[in-house]
Amino acid sequence: MTAPILSLDRVDFHYDGNHQNVLKNLSLQISEGSVTALLGPNGAGKSTLLHILLGWLQPTSGDIRLKDRPLHSYTRREAGQMMALVPQIEHMPFDYSVLEYVLLGRTPYLNPLEMPRKEDLEASHHALELAGLGEMETRTVTSLSGGERQLVLLARALAQQPHVILLDEPTSHLDLANKVRLIRILRQLHASGSTIFLTTHEPDVAAAIASEIVLLRGGSLLTAGSVSEVFTEENLTAAYGVPVRIIQVDGQKVALWT
Amino acid sequence: MNQESSRIHSSRTILVLLVCLLLLAAGFSLLIGRYPSVQISSPAAIAADEMAYRLVMNLRFPRMLIAILLGMSLSAAGLVFQMIFGNPLVEPGFLGVSQGASFGAAFAIIFLGNTAALVQTSAALFAIAGLVLSYFFAHRLRYGGWVLRLVLAGIAVSALFSSGVGILKYMADPLSQLPEITFWLLGGLSSSTWGKFLSILPVVTISLVVLLLLRWRLNLLSLSDAAAFSLGASPRVERGVLLGAAVLAVASVISVSGMVTWVGLIVPHIARRLFGADSRVTLPATLLIGGLFTLLCDDLARILLPGEIPLGVITSLLGAIGFIFLLSMTGIRSQR
Repeated sequence: MTAPILSLDRVDFHYDGNHQNVLKNLSLQISEGSVTALLGPNGAGKSTLLHILLGWLQPTSGDIRLKDRPLHSYTRREAGQMMALVPQIEHMPFDYSVLEYVLLGRTPYLNPLEMPRKEDLEASHHALELAGLGEMETRTVTSLSGGERQLVLLARALAQQPHVILLDEPTSHLDLANKVRLIRILRQLHASGSTIFLTTHEPDVAAAIASEIVLLRGGSLLTAGSVSEVFTEENLTAAYGVPVRIIQVDGQKVALWT
Repeated sequence: MNQESSRIHSSRTILVLLVCLLLLAAGFSLLIGRYPSVQISSPAAIAADEMAYRLVMNLRFPRMLIAILLGMSLSAAGLVFQMIFGNPLVEPGFLGVSQGASFGAAFAIIFLGNTAALVQTSAALFAIAGLVLSYFFAHRLRYGGWVLRLVLAGIAVSALFSSGVGILKYMADPLSQLPEITFWLLGGLSSSTWGKFLSILPVVTISLVVLLLLRWRLNLLSLSDAAAFSLGASPRVERGVLLGAAVLAVASVISVSGMVTWVGLIVPHIARRLFGADSRVTLPATLLIGGLFTLLCDDLARILLPGEIPLGVITSLLGAIGFIFLLSMTGIRSQR
């Protein structure tokens, strides 16, 4: 096992004005180059944990380290070069072109007075190619389908050239074809050495791409480990509170409820 | 790649064209007027007539410059507000700014002796107070995200100031003070002087330069706080700087013009229709179109009727008509 790139040590979190902990005594290590799926039912605290890893929410207690430093010691620009978020959905109020939107991913490389430079344009083109959107850069983002928008958000994250990519329910708005497309892109990224951390409530997506699975329930860690250790009928049944069966089709594990 | 560079190229061409149009309109505004009757005078005729010459140099010239600054500030601030709030329907009077300025002006007219300098200062200070109060209340609110809290706080602060204006109007002397307040609320540039122009020039210039330098960040700040944060920005700080610059410019210009509405709402829409959403191009375009639109509106205000029409009446009339026209036009957007 390689050194952890992200680690949480006994993290508690509750929202302002509500003293019930959303995350309870959570310790977790994410190793460099891994694909980790955070799996759990609705309300388990998945999105909260993602926002804590991003630094957008600060833990009530406990420590988070990114590489060898505490997360809060990073400047915004340093953090933006290390980690990128692919949000589940994003309100797009204006008619940016796809390229203009993806260029925003270059923000961590520019000081506030700088405009995107030639190399930023090139990095954005490259990110669009990776996401399979090379032909769409002059389209406006508001004219895109839900699946295409998701890929634009992924391309924007890729333009950040991050070490760690965080994805919030990346497949929840996608039809089957787009789901497969996204999973293929994530596999490519994994092969090129990126660390990927995604939340999902779909066990099959986790089984299809993850090397590690973290099972979360009610804000606490149920279990974490490799897919073969964690992706079991007992664990999933315990996580979701409904009886789950696992079958194997062409070497791929699929969870069913019965 | 080619498509992208040809688009940038054509944007530049239109921007240069707009600069030329603005310069033409500026020259034209010096020549048109109601002296000795409604007419366009030739430069030679003005040079020959000493009265006309003094009129142009002391009245029309500073008025033309103030009209341009007014239009530029209102429009640029409108674009900044629309992008920062991710809402194309807000305008620079948002966040208690307009109502604050109205209250400040009415207050000075009744209690501080109604001198031009005091009315101007009081209007500017209360406009800024409107923003500060909105920010303060937004921090105290326990509901919704940051942008929604700001909007709600702004609505509440505006309502407070506008009820204050109502009380002041009720208290005002109906013969001397009330007409003054009403004229201020309708907006106009008839009392423009070089002194007024110079009094607002530094703040407006600095604010607009700040907005121009930071214009690419507006794209970023039109996203949610969490998204802008994940892209390596500090959205709250940056929003504060941009809103502050926008409000300073607006507070300065409306302190001399009174309420001039609709410019800040409609001009950014026109700019987006012409140039797309990217604020690298849209902001300079907004400045130019705003200056041009307001200058031409002010020319109409001067010459259309025997007596001067309040500028705010013309801008809201043309602005509203233009808005309906723009919104009912289809297809332009998808051609980009």
